Amino acid sequence: MWSFILRRILLMVPTLLVVSVISFAIIEAPPGDYMDSYVNALLQQQEAVDPAEIESLRKRYGLDAPTYVRYFRWLGNIMQGNLGRSLEWNQPVTKLIADRLPWSLAISVASFFLAYALAIPIGFYSATRQYSIGDYVFTLIGFIGLATPNFLLALLILWYYFVATGNVAVGLFSNEYLVAPWSFAKFIDLLKHLWLPALVVGTAGTAGLIRVMRANLLDELERPYVMVARSKGLSETKLLFKYPFRIAMNPVASTIGWTLPTLVNGELLASLVLGLPTIAPLFVGALLSQDMFLAGSVVMVLSTLTLVGTLLSDIVLAWLDPRIRGAI
Amino acid sequence: MAVIEEGMQSSSSGVNAGEEDLSVATQWQLIRWKFMRHKVAVISLVLIAIFYLFAIFAEFLSPYDPTNHDTDYMFMPPQRVRFFDEGKFQLRPFVYGMTSKMDENTFRTTWELDKTQKYAVKLFVRGDPYELWGLFESTIHLFGVEEGTMFLVGTDKMGRDMLSRIIFGGRISLSVGLLGIAISFVIGVIMGGVSGYFGGVTDLIIQRIIEFLRSIPTLPLWMALSVALPPTWTVVQIYFGIVVILSLVGWTGLARVVRGKFMSLREEEYVMAAQLNGSNESRVIFKHMLPSFTSHIIASLTLSVPSMILGETALSFIGLGLQNPAISWGVLLNDAQRIIVLADSPWLLSPGLFVIIAILCFNFVGDGLRDAADPYSSI
Amino acid sequence: MSQSPLLLSVDNLATHFFSQEGILEAVDGVSFDIHAGEALGIAGESGCGKSVTAQSILRIVPKNGKIVTGAISLLQNGESVDLVQLDDRGQEIREIRGGEIAMVFQEPMAAFSMVYTIGNQITEVIRLHQKCSQDEARERAIEMLQRVGMPIPEQTIDAYPFALSGGMRQRAMIAMALSCHPSLLIADEPTTAVDVTIQAQVLELMKDLQRDMGMALIVITHDLAVISELCDRVMIMYLGKDVESAPADVIFRDPKHPYTVGLLRSVPELGEGHTQELDPISGSVPSPYRRPAGCPFHPRCPEFIPDVCDVELPPQIELTGGHRVRCHLYVQD
Ligand SMILES: Nc1ncnc2c1ncn2[C@@H]1O[C@H](COP(=O)(O)OP(=O)(O)OP(=O)(O)O)[C@@H](O)[C@H]1O
Ligand code: SF4
Ligand SMILES: [Mg+2]
Repeated sequence: MWSFILRRILLMVPTLLVVSVISFAIIEAPPGDYMDSYVNALLQQQEAVDPAEIESLRKRYGLDAPTYVRYFRWLGNIMQGNLGRSLEWNQPVTKLIADRLPWSLAISVASFFLAYALAIPIGFYSATRQYSIGDYVFTLIGFIGLATPNFLLALLILWYYFVATGNVAVGLFSNEYLVAPWSFAKFIDLLKHLWLPALVVGTAGTAGLIRVMRANLLDELERPYVMVARSKGLSETKLLFKYPFRIAMNPVASTIGWTLPTLVNGELLASLVLGLPTIAPLFVGALLSQDMFLAGSVVMVLSTLTLVGTLLSDIVLAWLDPRIRGAI
Repeated sequence: MAVIEEGMQSSSSGVNAGEEDLSVATQWQLIRWKFMRHKVAVISLVLIAIFYLFAIFAEFLSPYDPTNHDTDYMFMPPQRVRFFDEGKFQLRPFVYGMTSKMDENTFRTTWELDKTQKYAVKLFVRGDPYELWGLFESTIHLFGVEEGTMFLVGTDKMGRDMLSRIIFGGRISLSVGLLGIAISFVIGVIMGGVSGYFGGVTDLIIQRIIEFLRSIPTLPLWMALSVALPPTWTVVQIYFGIVVILSLVGWTGLARVVRGKFMSLREEEYVMAAQLNGSNESRVIFKHMLPSFTSHIIASLTLSVPSMILGETALSFIGLGLQNPAISWGVLLNDAQRIIVLADSPWLLSPGLFVIIAILCFNFVGDGLRDAADPYSSI
Repeated sequence: MSQSPLLLSVDNLATHFFSQEGILEAVDGVSFDIHAGEALGIAGESGCGKSVTAQSILRIVPKNGKIVTGAISLLQNGESVDLVQLDDRGQEIREIRGGEIAMVFQEPMAAFSMVYTIGNQITEVIRLHQKCSQDEARERAIEMLQRVGMPIPEQTIDAYPFALSGGMRQRAMIAMALSCHPSLLIADEPTTAVDVTIQAQVLELMKDLQRDMGMALIVITHDLAVISELCDRVMIMYLGKDVESAPADVIFRDPKHPYTVGLLRSVPELGEGHTQELDPISGSVPSPYRRPAGCPFHPRCPEFIPDVCDVELPPQIELTGGHRVRCHLYVQD
């Protein structure tokens, strides 16, 4: 088991390097560099620009060095937790991201659990009562859920919310808790607000998971070992949970790998529409204003977190399924 | 030991090589027959065909020029096609006109049905001039009204006909799907083929790339890449840029299918035989191996269209993909983003309905194809 | 032979599967009796309904299938229960499954779940039918594994099924079936999945165990040699029907039904190796959905009587010495 974990972690290193190269490429992608944007910003504010000063700044930040040098310098900084500075906000990127990341994570994690909490029992129901009315209803809802873009669902919900309350954004806290220090009541208030974005983000994932769960369980129900278990005199419920359900859970657990990226995608869109103070509006703002240090860092952080999540899910999977543990 | 089965083999077995063409044909027939039994998939296929027809002949099939604006008709709600006038049935369908009133205090415009204005909906009416595919000039539209207005899905903030815009939007959104899978197809087949055919280190590297692309969130990447498209590009260039960006990630699914098939086919005799004969390797791949799993590829391609359409829609919706004056479903939905506007004019969301229907149809067709191509595959 | 009391009596059993393609009459009128301690062999081509017959007895037919007619009476302590009438999820049938009647399945590869150890799956059935603690159950499971000749049972009991060889898995399967001392064991092709040397061992084992434990045995097989080795009686099935049944020595010496005759001729002389020419029955098994009218065997039958065999279903005819056959050739009137 431990060697499996170690191997998995080692495999992640090159992947992370690729992520960093891509993020750096994003930072470097727009024509001109950091200083050009800076100059533009100054010009827009009608301030005087001294070319000599700009040149010296360029030297100071090492912008005149070749690309690969700048990449390694940047990578070195990242290792020390320094992601650079946002021009737009005039703040360290690290701080900007750290301020908002928890909310993104909260929504993603909540929608993750919501998706599995809904999909597993529904998939179980659908499979054990195949072709029942309930099965058809869930299958239909699942298909529609899969076909509905997150942001559209968010828009519909927001519309309903607006008509019902007159608020233009859903928010994460009620007004009275907005600035209040943390307390249990504030936490409860957060949960009360969190389920809505979590649901929006989770639908596509839930729909996909229901299909996976249902298909796997149906597959497993046909297997000889189910009939064998029945021939032993086990009761139907006990048998379902001990045998096919347990095995059908493995592919479901292995879907975590592809669920996480969709959750991140969904969270971005849903937060934008619902007006939540997560990393999403920060990211879009950065992209629109070409604040590439911030944008590239966000890509880097999101990708890294997803990869870590996948790593965790792999470990859980190996722990669940003795075959995987044995094989590696 | 004596086993019944051995003695009971029936004498009619074995297809000889001369009948190969026949068996290929029947295999396709079998697939078609199986697919046709999948009713939902067949209906979806018909719907998709209709969608694409509308996209192709958008100029002729849309009642108006999608860019034609008129400030007199801003945010006008949808007009319904009717057959009953004051309870009396009439064969020729018609629409009632609408009149607007502005509230003096709030400056909000409200629209009211005006049953005194009645406009007959006719086929082949003269309307906004257009050039079909830049070739044929005409003013004839399939349906419309000769006088008054017919905004079946309402109008937008500039008084443009939503239905016409949706039809034209479909041209972009739906073609993104096709063009996207065309590119994914090329990349996917090459990467999957190379990976499966050569195996070894090549395979390992390509597998790692696929795994990587599948395990990172795509949307932030797409967003960042689309910002990197030069601002000086024309709408058409941006369009192709976006398609390429979407396909950069979309090929992985197909590559997996192709690789799996290659892996299992690699050992098969005719490939070996061709190799022994000294045939060129790429010829082996394309001549002998590809046809044998075309059906799987088609199914896999169909199933990857939705993510392309969703990708374009999401990007344009955020404002990072296509932008006005380009018209796509995502661009149209971008107009629906302001909730206060949306609350008054909910029909602005209607492009979303088309997105959902298109994706549903592609999913159903893809599922149907996959089941027909291989009844035993699970995922 | 009929000194021992009747244990199970199957009367005119019919089990059909319902699907979009139509109704599949997997078992269509099968009758037989089993006495305590007796061994019955069921033979026939693939798809003739042998496994479905076994599943019907235990009431574990897949849910698209249904027992449409017939009775299956089990005699326990002088009382008779009709298994067909029981609720297939009820307490009563569940006590019989694994306790009174146990089954060894066709595919030992798939018959165990791969995520639990052998021990887990064996002790489960012991604890279900016998009041005992976890430790006692484990003790008994090890004992049982020992008995079926499993090497180092104390360790194998904690092995996962995928870690065992085919032969060991089959032994474990038999141990699991026998662990509650059933009065009837149904073995569905116990030897097809294992190689020849193991086959002989498994057969030997089943014979010994049957004798020692005094249980009745139904052996389902393609392999007539298995039957001649193990069984007192034989039932031959064709397309869901019991075309002939008789004591084992009678069938091999004096087969009556044209199908049985063809079957025996198609098989190399029993006990004489495999050099003999095979003489296969001509034609192939018809589609299971479109069963021929009249005698199901008539399209392939060399003795076919026109206007009788393809019209009328042959009745079951009692010959002497417990020999029964379904064929118009033996109708006397
Ligand atoms: N779950 C099921 N659904 C539909 N048809 C079934 C099902 N199980 C069995 N059948 C059909 O019932 C018929 C009898 O099957 P059965 O498994 O009893 O054959 P068998 O005699 O055991 O053959 P084999 O020697 O191959 O095991 C076959 O035609 C089979 O296709
Ligand atoms: S009944 Fe007729 S067809 Fe059937 S086995 Fe007897 S002779 Fe042959
Ligand atoms: Mg069988």
